[in-house]
Parts: sequence; C-alpha cells; structure tokens
Amino acid sequence: MSTDSHSHGDDHIHPPPSNFLTKYVFSIDHKVIALQFFFAGFAMFIVGGLFALLLRWQLAFPFQEIPLGLGKFFYPNASGNLMPPETYPTLVTLHATVMIFFVIIPLLTGTFGNYLIPLKIGARDMAFPTLNMLSYWVMPPALLMILSSYFVQGGGPGAGWTSYPPLSALPQASTSSGTGQTLWCLAVFLVGCSSIMGGVNYLTTIINLRAPGMTLVRMPLSVWALFITSVLQVLATPVLAAATILLLFDKNLGTSFFLPTGVAVGGQAITQAGGGNPLLFQHLFWFYSHPAVYILILPAMGLVSDIMPTFVRKPIFGYKAMAYSMSAIAGLGFIVWGHHMFQAGINPYMATTFMVSTMVIATPSSVKVFNWLGTLWGGSITFATPMLNCLAFVSMFIIGGLSGVFLAATTIDIFLHDTYYVVAHIHYVVFGGSVFGIFAGVYYWFPKVTGRKMSEFWGKVHFWMSFVAFNGVFFPMHIVGIGGMMRRIADPTVYQHLAPLQDWNVYMTMFAVVLGLSQFIFIANVAISAFRGEPCGKNPWEATTLEWTTTSPPPYYNYEKIPVVYNPPYEFSVPGMEKDYLMQTTPPEAV
Amino acid sequence: MSPEFALMPEQASSVSAEYDALLFTEIGISVFFGVGICLAIMFLAWRYRAGSEVDRSDPPEGDMRLELLWSGIPLVIALGLFVWSAKLFITMRTAPKNAMELHVIGKQWMWKIQHPGGKREINELHVPVGKDIKLVMSSEDVIHDFFIPAFRVKMDVLPGRYSMLWFKPIREGTYRFFCAEYCGTSHSKMIGRVVVQSPADYASWLSGGGNNEPPEVAGKALFESFRCGTCHREGLTGRGPVLDGLFGKQVRLAGGGMVVADENYLRESILDPGGKIVEGYQKLMPTYRGQIGEEGLMQLIAYLKSIAPDGKQPEEKR
Repeated sequence: MSTDSHSHGDDHIHPPPSNFLTKYVFSIDHKVIALQFFFAGFAMFIVGGLFALLLRWQLAFPFQEIPLGLGKFFYPNASGNLMPPETYPTLVTLHATVMIFFVIIPLLTGTFGNYLIPLKIGARDMAFPTLNMLSYWVMPPALLMILSSYFVQGGGPGAGWTSYPPLSALPQASTSSGTGQTLWCLAVFLVGCSSIMGGVNYLTTIINLRAPGMTLVRMPLSVWALFITSVLQVLATPVLAAATILLLFDKNLGTSFFLPTGVAVGGQAITQAGGGNPLLFQHLFWFYSHPAVYILILPAMGLVSDIMPTFVRKPIFGYKAMAYSMSAIAGLGFIVWGHHMFQAGINPYMATTFMVSTMVIATPSSVKVFNWLGTLWGGSITFATPMLNCLAFVSMFIIGGLSGVFLAATTIDIFLHDTYYVVAHIHYVVFGGSVFGIFAGVYYWFPKVTGRKMSEFWGKVHFWMSFVAFNGVFFPMHIVGIGGMMRRIADPTVYQHLAPLQDWNVYMTMFAVVLGLSQFIFIANVAISAFRGEPCGKNPWEATTLEWTTTSPPPYYNYEKIPVVYNPPYEFSVPGMEKDYLMQTTPPEAV
Repeated sequence: MSPEFALMPEQASSVSAEYDALLFTEIGISVFFGVGICLAIMFLAWRYRAGSEVDRSDPPEGDMRLELLWSGIPLVIALGLFVWSAKLFITMRTAPKNAMELHVIGKQWMWKIQHPGGKREINELHVPVGKDIKLVMSSEDVIHDFFIPAFRVKMDVLPGRYSMLWFKPIREGTYRFFCAEYCGTSHSKMIGRVVVQSPADYASWLSGGGNNEPPEVAGKALFESFRCGTCHREGLTGRGPVLDGLFGKQVRLAGGGMVVADENYLRESILDPGGKIVEGYQKLMPTYRGQIGEEGLMQLIAYLKSIAPDGKQPEEKR
C-alpha cells in the first residue's frame, strides 16, 4: 500500500483529493467514511424506528387501520389498508435486523471507530485506507437488499432476527422464508464482511500507528473499547457468515446442514435429504450473536468513559480496572452463548456450565458501574447534554444488566424465556445503553466534526423526552412479560389472560410515538447546528485528548505534525496547575 | 369485565412455589441494588454539581480495596443465586424414574397428544393430579415450544429429536398452555389447555372412547409389518443387533465410542441407519425415512421400550 511507507511519524502530508467523487463518495479519508456510516446508520435508524412503531400500533390496536392513511403506504398489497397477519413477523424480523446490523454496529464501530481512532492515537488515517473504504461500500448493497426484501413475493424475512431453521429454511413452512429470507442471508453476510474488514483495520491501526508516547495505558478508554470490540468482530463474525451461508445452501441448494431427517410440513415430506441438526444453527448463530451484544455495548462504554471525566473535571476512577473489566467482559462473552439455548433441549449440566460463566460477567460489569460512580465522587459536574446522556447510559445499563441476571439463571429463564421480559432486557441494554451512548457521543464530538456546537436547549429537550419516553415504553415490558405476554405474537387480545394488560400495551405505544417523534428534534438539531451553530474553536469542552489539539473540523491529514504524547488521557484538576486540565500533548516542562 | 391481573399465574405444580421464591428473591436483590445505585448516581450528581460548596480536596482516582469490594459482592451474590438456581434446574430437568409417559407431537399449528393407553387428544392435555408426568415431545416440521405457565415449565419441541419435560400437578383445575417459540403465521393460535383431574376422573375420562390401542401395541404391529424381526433376532441369521432389552443400555459403536440407546438414538437408527452402527455389524439396514411418520416412530420406540425389562418399563399402563 503506497501510503504505508510514509505514514509512520514523519511529516509527509498528502494533499486532499480535489475531485468531488474521491473527496466525498469513494473517499479513503477515515473522517469522510465515518460520516458516510453516520448518515447510512441514521437513515436506517428512522426506518427501524418506523418498523417499531408499526409493531407497537399493532400490539395496542390489533388489526385496526393505522392513522393518517399510512396503511396504504406500508401495506400496499393488503385489503382495506390493514396489516396482513404474515407481515407482523416480517416487521419483527426487519426491526431487529435493521437496528442491530444497520444502525448500532455502523454507528458505534463504523462512525465512532472510524472518526476517533486515528484522531485519538495521533495518526493521519487508518492503516489500510482502501480497505476502510471497501468496508463502507459493502454496506449500500446490503442496505438495498434488506429494504427490498420487504417488497418481494412472499413477503420479507419472517423467522425473527435469529432466523432459526427449519422455519427460515423451508418456504413451505412460512411464505416469508422464500426470496425475502434469501435477501436477509445475503445482507447479513455482507454486513458481516464490513464488520470484519473494519475490525482488522482498527486492530492494525491501534497496534501500529500510535503517535510517539501514546503507550497502551495512555490510550483513551474509547480506543481501548474499540480495540477490544475489534477483536470480537474479527473472531466472532466469520462464524455468523458461515451460518448464514449454510442456511442459504439449505434454503436454495437442497443441502441439509440444519434440516433433520423426517421433517414434513403439512404432512408433505420435504425434498432435502435430512440428517442435519437445527441446534447446530443455534450454536453457530449465538457463538456470534452473544459477542455481538458486547460489540453493541463496549464501544458505548468507551465513549461514556471518555466523556464523563470532561464534565466531572476529574480523571476517570480506576482507569486500569476499566480497561481490564472490558477485556474480561469480552473474553467471557465468548463462553456464554449457550445461555440463549437453555430451553432448546440442551443437556441440563451443559446449561448449568453456561449459567456460571454468564453469572460471572456480573462482576466486570459491576466494576464498570461502580467506577463510573467513583468518577462522579468529588468532581465538579456540569450537566451539559453529553453528560446527561452519559448518566442515562449508566443508569439504564444498570437496569439492563440486573434484568440480565434473571435470564442468566437457568431456572428463572424457564418462565421468562420468549416473553416480553426478554424484549425489555435487550432494549435496556441496546437502546438505554448503546443508543444513549451514541447520543452522548454525537453531542460531544459534533463540534469537532463541524466546528460548530449543537443547541444545548434542544439537546436537553431531546434528552428528557427520549429518556422519559424510553422508560415509558420499555419498563412496563418487564411486567407484562412476567405477566405472561409472549414475544412475536401478532395479537395479544386473543389471549384471555392478557386482557388486563391491554391498557399497558396502549400506554407503551403512546410512549413509543413520543420516543419516535422526539428523534426528529435531534435530527433537526444536527441539521441546523451544522450550518448555524455557534462556532466553537479547537477545544470547546476543555478536554484533554489528542483530537482536541487539532482544528475543528480537522484537516484532511489530521495533524500537520504528528503529536508527541506525554500524559495520561484524563488529567483534570491536577493540584497546582494554572488551568484545570492538562492536554495529553503538554510536555512536562510546560506545566 | 376484565379479569383481575395477577403477576404470576397460579402455583399449580410441585416446583411452582420454589420457582416463585427464587424469582422473588432475585427481584428483591435487583430492586435493592438497582434503586440503590440509581439513587447513588443522583446523590453524587447533585452533591458534586459545579459550583456547589463541598469538600473536593483529594478526590479519589482509584482504590484497589474498593475495586475488590465491588467485584467481590456481586460475585458472591451471583454465585449464591447460581447454586440455588442450578439445584432447582437439575430437579426440573430430571424426570423421576417412574413418571407416566405421554407423547406430544407439535406441528403447524396444533398439539397432538397420546396417552400411555393409546388415547389421543388435540390441543388438550388431561392428566391426573399428584402424579409425575413426563412428556416426550417431538415436532413434525419447525421448532415449537411447549409452555405451561402455571406449572413453570417450558421446553422447545424440535424436529428430528425428542425433548423431555416433566411436572407434577398439585391442584385440580384447567390451565393454559402455549407455543412459546415463533413457528409461523398462526403461532399465536397454537394454544391449548391442561385439565388436571382426580385419578378417578382421569381414569373415567380415559375409558371414554377414542383410539384405545396402546402405543406399544401399535408399535408391535408396525414392527411386524416392516418385518424388522427378519434381521433383528437372535441366531446366525441375525444380521442386526437384538433389540430385546436394548432400551436404556449403553451400546458400543463400530469405530469406537459409546452411545446410550435412548429415544433419540433409536429414532436416528430407524431414519438414518448408516450413521451410528453397533460394533460387529455391517451397514445393511435401509432407511425408513418417508415410510414412517412421527407417530409411527413414537409407537415403534414405545414397543422397543416395552421389550426392555431393564430399561424403563412403562408400568403406569392401566
């Protein structure tokens, strides 16, 4: 690679590309690629959110027409603009697939990973800029496939985001397991490729391109988090890719990796030979998808650990414990996948083994929570919008973590498995955790990206509306879940025992509408502030890490001269200093 | 009128009470820590807000003793819950030896159930109160899940293998069961009810008509019509292993390895005979795939069980 020979520390600077296409579209600049991931991820956030609102409408008012004549748009082939029953599982599948693979992963690793890693370690770009560009450009085809799957014959994929065979492999068993499911497999495979390419690139960059003096223990925790996440991406994602390809073979080429002998749908024997095992798919799927949960949360933990010290004006409490605990979470994350299969008929002693490894994850998680608390202790806290989102992140992560301990306990899981309790748990971790982490990150680094600040007032309005509405939607799900409402049922009113819970479903839907609408405040804030926001200079938050030493927005080459690092990442309120913070680049003689 | 809302359904099986005790203990612990930590965040955030008059001298940056304390406490609590949960789990997953065995077959979108005496029912499950009941379950098509909330039991029902679930109803009455694993368009209608009756009522219900051929009898007929005995018999002409007394025994396989001759192994050997050959035999048996359905398989296996005196003899037969 031509850039390699002179990207290490010497001061050779490439001129920015002058051609529109290479500057903004097929760019190899990590900052442009980060923004491409941001716009794609956010556009899909709106799509995934719309799917969620359609689901919530259905659960509150089953099979009633959706308002504003939108039924015609969303259910074009249906009679009377009403949702056809086959569409509900498709919406469930697409909501989860879009949010996990096309929103959270691209936003956390694609956007923040790309933007922050080179800036924070003092590099001019990623180690492999072209690979970086490629990791973005496999996304648009994947995105088109997943969106078009909604409109194909037979309907979109409808076996859930977990796509368990035989249901997902047999079009006879579900019309949605036809072309829609094929597109799902291909799209997820491509996103997996993007993820692996990104991970390899981040690892290489962090190991090789750190500026002089940027030792591992001087790296900001966000870089630590993205490093650990990249390890997970590189090791786990190939397994998912294999699983989706094998499923594709079973579906379309007549193999039977996952299809056992003797399956008959509606009394009609299937044509595949059999001899496969549906549990094999579950093992492969969860071997990726449990680490994937940590791919979704670890970067957000890193962002929050970076942002909090700035607004507390105090170093992070227990820097090393934070780094170790993230590594422990990631390491343990590889040996807990079986806890998704407690009810799948696995050997009870094997289930018990998976339970103990899962329970142990409570330890590094609580270390993180208490260290964030310790960071607050003795600080001088400003409640700017990024800080509010960080506090929301920590508290929602506590609730999501504690509810996870219930599901980790094999016995308790027997009753809660496949109920709305699980839905509540995952949303507390992935929305309450990851999404609030993303919001915190956007509010915090927006000035660096654009050179302008976002509106604090509208930021706070957006935060409080989201925070209240989020809890309004998802907290009651714990209760309706224990109360017996199961996942993936299109119509709760057919169950007599759920009748007393139907009002809750209506309230949850109302909060969901508020939650959805409040995101438009955020979008407007981003759009307007990008042009009209108050100009902010290099370091508006008076933070200490490297990215705040360069201009806002940073130039194409990030740093005219590669910075030299002298200090740990969070030196705030050091006694005897003139200012209350010390940049990582301030040499000792200047203090 | 909408019925009263109850958080948990009735405690109608022998494990329900202990299950609820474990669940509510954990809810208690979680509420304590969840509320406590969130209050601590609010307190710290308020106390150390910028401009407040508090002592900020020597703010802590890390403390090994604290780190150990707050990793130790959750670890001890988690392991305590682990021990309790594991004990109850093993109990809930190990069926008592003499449990009465019922066969359940799930298919899109109904449950077919057969009693030891041969009586069948669909989407209803009649059981006697106070008896250990074991369900041997399989699916014809996709993955289903048999869930009886009042008994606190749930187990996936998979195609191509048998899964087990057991319970002991302690109270007469009618309880709901559901399919808990998404299985296609009409998944939410794949429901039914469990009717727990006194043993006398159960016995009179059993004698109330329907197909009364016990599964092992039907299995014997199948065994004969497929002429399994041509090969599976003693003597020089026996080209297959003898099946009398086989069920529940350990079998040595050609090429090394051992396997327990349980329901899953027998099923596999009927449908996929070349897969796990018994030591000392040849790959001769043809597959019966496509010639025998889920119910036939269960009946054949019931017959093989009935000729295995050392294995689990279905002594709950009327």
